[in-house]
Amino acid sequence: MRSSDKLFYYLLKTLAWGVVGLLAAMVLVVLWMSWEALGHFGLRFFVDASWDSWREEFGALAFIYGTLVTSFIAVLLAVPVSLAVALYLNELAPPWIARPLGFFVEMLAAIPSIVYGLWGLFVLAPFLRDHVQPLLATYLGFLPFFQGPQMGVGLLGAGVILAIMIIPTIASISREVFKSVPESLREAALGLGATRWEMLRIAVLRVALSGVMGAVVLGLGRALGETMAVTMLIGNRPQIVWSLFESGQTMASILANQYAEADSSLHLSALTAVGLALFVVSLVINSLARWIIWRMQRVV
Amino acid sequence: MFERISLRRRLVNQLMLGLLFAGAILAAVPFFFISWYVLQKGLGALSVEFFTQTPVGPGQQGGGMANAIVGSSIMLTLASLLGIPWGMAAGIYLSEYGRGKTAQTLRFAVDLLTSVPSIVVGIFIYGVIVIHFGFSAYAGGAALAVIMIPIVARSTEEILKLTPQHIREAGLGLGLPRWRVILRIVLPGSRAALLTGVMLALARVAGETAPLLFTALGNQFFSHSLSEPTSSLPVQIYNFAKSGYPDMEAMAWGGALVLVLFVFIINLVTRALMGMRWN
Repeated sequence: MRSSDKLFYYLLKTLAWGVVGLLAAMVLVVLWMSWEALGHFGLRFFVDASWDSWREEFGALAFIYGTLVTSFIAVLLAVPVSLAVALYLNELAPPWIARPLGFFVEMLAAIPSIVYGLWGLFVLAPFLRDHVQPLLATYLGFLPFFQGPQMGVGLLGAGVILAIMIIPTIASISREVFKSVPESLREAALGLGATRWEMLRIAVLRVALSGVMGAVVLGLGRALGETMAVTMLIGNRPQIVWSLFESGQTMASILANQYAEADSSLHLSALTAVGLALFVVSLVINSLARWIIWRMQRVV
Repeated sequence: MFERISLRRRLVNQLMLGLLFAGAILAAVPFFFISWYVLQKGLGALSVEFFTQTPVGPGQQGGGMANAIVGSSIMLTLASLLGIPWGMAAGIYLSEYGRGKTAQTLRFAVDLLTSVPSIVVGIFIYGVIVIHFGFSAYAGGAALAVIMIPIVARSTEEILKLTPQHIREAGLGLGLPRWRVILRIVLPGSRAALLTGVMLALARVAGETAPLLFTALGNQFFSHSLSEPTSSLPVQIYNFAKSGYPDMEAMAWGGALVLVLFVFIINLVTRALMGMRWN
């Protein structure tokens, strides 16, 4: 290699590996900053639900609970809708419907989180309060999830806005996955006399199942780390309650609320430890999702 | 000869196809509702003052978000200066030299960095910059750059891979060194597509709020230097939205409209550039 070529090559290589360095530095910095809190509280930090900056008692359990509940609601609501839109656009819709409809769903992904938050706070939450929560309380009120004050904002509100936000993620990856299913399988199913739905079920959904799982896990990853929209809709009270109408707090929303105004170094460190937990969970979830999708694409 | 499809199977078929259609419509509905409300509530808040004034206190007439728009522009510029060259370099490396297991590792790391929650990026920059130098436009720009780098890297790689191999071979065959082939032939050939990737990355970080909350913080006025707390459009929208004052909430909608228009226009223009490929 010529020396100019070598120089160029090593420059690019350094910058490319710098991206890995960035990721590693991120892990180290966040770990280092949470060391004080982790040393002070130990693993109890993750199973303790008290959060009191006056008495300097910190535990992340209430936030972990809030994150899990809101993400679970989001996935539960988003998966059927995302799969429906992906199947419809890929397999059923004529191009003149598929193009604009696909465009609108894709543009959902482009809307900034803060705009979802604003819309959620002033439009979605009042709608939930006036129309959805009364219905849920009337017909499903015997369940502990649908009891208590109907305020619109809360775990349910945050879950619904998250669902809307992860639909484009799950839908677009599912569409990729469905596309990779060989046409011959569909033809075989139809040739055997299957109806179109039976064809979709047997030749598309079942074959693509593991890839769809990957898409769902990726959507879950996005929901876990989503910050602004959730912060604006969850009510911001750390508590562990059955009712989905109640306020909550997620790992991301406590950071948005308190990080800039932390009272003490232990408080800051405890907040960073919450961030560390969020970071690790999202790394694991996203690695898992990519592994599932990669494996599926290799098999088909 | 042909057995007719049973009534039950036909009904199930019709029902499921109907449900799929309903689900598809349901998925597109939020886009219209959000666009409609942002347009309707935002338009009323836009005025000349909105783009030229700084915010006034609650209950007072007038005021605008000029400082937030300027702050966002400054931090997007800073983020671009760092994020675009770095991201493109990584993307070029992956496309032109990236083979084998190590390249797979690199790609994986880039993907993981894309999926790091943006608020965690804020913590990282807080630990590296804010602790030592305080809240500043530099810190905010750096946070946005960290988010941009993997996005630009991935889009650059995808685009350059589309360049046919024989174009590179033609250049090398003429005796050009590889770096000149890449810089003078491969990159210029994909100029429009590369620009598209960069613009989309910019649109993506323009709306980022979480990583700015405790890096750039915010500012009710224009900042006098890049090392001061700096206002940004998304953070200002957030602060106005939770203020509880109707006139500030109206301003928040105005800000949201500006942000959404910026993002949508970039998306539409880039799609037009890419040849109206909507699927």
